Amino acid sequence: MTAPLLDIRDLRISFQARDGSWADALCGIDLSLEPGKVLGIVGESGSGKSIAMMAFLQLLPRGTRVQGSAKFKGQELIGMPASRIQRIRGKAIGCIFQDPLSAFNPVKTLGQQVVEAIRLHDRSISKRAALKEAERLFELVAIPQPERRVRQYPHEFSGGMRQRAMIAMALANKPDLLIADEPTTALDVTVQAQILDLLGDLRAELGIGMVLITHDLGVVAGIADEIAVMYGGSVVERGPTDPIFYETSHPYTAGLIGAVPTLDGTGALKQIEGTPPSIFSRPDGCAFHPRCGRAGDACRVQTPRLEPHGGTACACHFPLTTLREPVPS
Amino acid sequence: MLAYIVRRLIAIPFLLLGVASVSFVLSQMTKGDPLAALVPERMMSNPEIVNAVKAQWGLDQPLPVRYVTYIGNLLQGDLGTSFTTRRPVSTDIAERLPATLELVIAAMIIGTALGLTLGLLSARFRGSATDGISRIFALIGSSLPIFWSGLILLYIFSVRFSIVPGTGRLPPRVTPPPDVTGFYTIDALLAGDLSLFGQALAHLALPAFVLGWAVTGIITRIVRSSLIEGLSQDYARTARAKGAPERTVLIGHALPNAMIPLLTILGFTFAYLITGAVLTEAIFAWPGIGSYAVRAAASLDYPAIGGVTIVGSVAFLLANLLTDIAYAWANPRIKVH
Repeated sequence: MTAPLLDIRDLRISFQARDGSWADALCGIDLSLEPGKVLGIVGESGSGKSIAMMAFLQLLPRGTRVQGSAKFKGQELIGMPASRIQRIRGKAIGCIFQDPLSAFNPVKTLGQQVVEAIRLHDRSISKRAALKEAERLFELVAIPQPERRVRQYPHEFSGGMRQRAMIAMALANKPDLLIADEPTTALDVTVQAQILDLLGDLRAELGIGMVLITHDLGVVAGIADEIAVMYGGSVVERGPTDPIFYETSHPYTAGLIGAVPTLDGTGALKQIEGTPPSIFSRPDGCAFHPRCGRAGDACRVQTPRLEPHGGTACACHFPLTTLREPVPS
Repeated sequence: MLAYIVRRLIAIPFLLLGVASVSFVLSQMTKGDPLAALVPERMMSNPEIVNAVKAQWGLDQPLPVRYVTYIGNLLQGDLGTSFTTRRPVSTDIAERLPATLELVIAAMIIGTALGLTLGLLSARFRGSATDGISRIFALIGSSLPIFWSGLILLYIFSVRFSIVPGTGRLPPRVTPPPDVTGFYTIDALLAGDLSLFGQALAHLALPAFVLGWAVTGIITRIVRSSLIEGLSQDYARTARAKGAPERTVLIGHALPNAMIPLLTILGFTFAYLITGAVLTEAIFAWPGIGSYAVRAAASLDYPAIGGVTIVGSVAFLLANLLTDIAYAWANPRIKVH
């Protein structure tokens, strides 16, 4: 067994409310990722999926309390001094964000921004050489006419091309880990598929480990090796991709799968009734129980812990026992 | 771009004609008697003299005739003759405008340098003592009336400690440098006279600082708030995720975006100061356009009022044009057609 690329233990993030009390946005989660593998983190807005990643990169606003441990290649990132984490950010860990228009600086050319990413970590590379490298990266992510495109501004790119440029920039320093935070959410469905294909290809070619954060199970289905489903600041189900889909244990995961449209399209899409809880008024017991059809007395009192069930690990007092036949592909 | 600039420049004379007309009508409608400036008080009772003076200056004509004459002269580049100085208004302005420009440009350089520095410090160390001190310094500059801060600083630096000379552009009985730009500092350098340059600079320093300090406030505020906004934008997070230290995020990413609102303020402030530096000019006996404007208005010197109005308008129109050009340069999302 290889050492994990990323190993998160009991990561807990709290924000301070106006009245001074602390509310947990993340209630102590465990996640790990082997080198070269893809971990999909799935959940609704507010489930804590993005801030978990932003926390160990120290990209959260000041005044956020982060506890627990997040080791990257054995180095503890939580509490690492700014000067050291700066050398990891953008070097060994690359990031892709949701909206590539606002994520780029509007008054600098994309070439300048990629050049900056390269030269922040290696001053010895000349600007000219870095720009050549930016062109090569644009070519790698299949941006046509790279030598012309590097001289353009973000607003001159289409959404899909911008996200490709974002990926190119994240790859600039050959990272071991790529964190993609909702990389396809702002894009059309067809462009979305192209970007996912691109990420899949890059992973195969470059052997980069990836964390793919999304609210859409369909996005991770084809690319992730493992999936963690998050709800209300906790991981409620975790496991290899196939068992998550075919041996679903948690009612919430089942609800998410039920909400994914299928090609044979029989019957109406099912929705999960209700809305996710605010971090300031999370219910006692299992955070999902007010929306769960299977909830019993124990769910209202006792928070379930992740325990092996079927092919996955599941945090539920009354897990499902399902076995769907894999669709032959 | 060039076609755009040419189009804007072509529009300027027409706009000026409108401005001149409005200024003419307004000043004619003002109650008061321009004759007071033209006829000595003891001769006021002599109708013959009064009428002769009126005829000489064209004040006996009905308003529409005077308007047509005025505009007709304007079109030939003749701004008329000042009632008070008895010299062509254009000569007066040509003599005084460089003094004001020198003062205002120096003040803008000081104000922008101070405002940018304080704004950057404030945004970088937001909420700290540095932030507090920067903001208080900027706030004092913009809230203290110039007639007060000017006098106090003049007292401290000139009267009490003799660090800088007193008022005026040069010491009395010192011959100004040969006129090239009308800026004594630059002309002295062009003439190769370093001691004269030093004297001109020393005279310029205090009034420019007083005026610059007054505009520091608004510049600091714009820079600080734009930078803080920039630091919370997605592109700042991207820069941090690339491994940029906070200083680079501030100067390399937030600052270029802050230039856009800053340019607007700079253009507007500059144009405003051309005719708005009156108090500074008065306190430091600076022979500029502002003090000329006040005297013209007080004595209903119509031609001078018109001349100053036109200078102010040209300043605004050109500053606006320059701001728009600079805008297109600072903001690649703007395309000029």
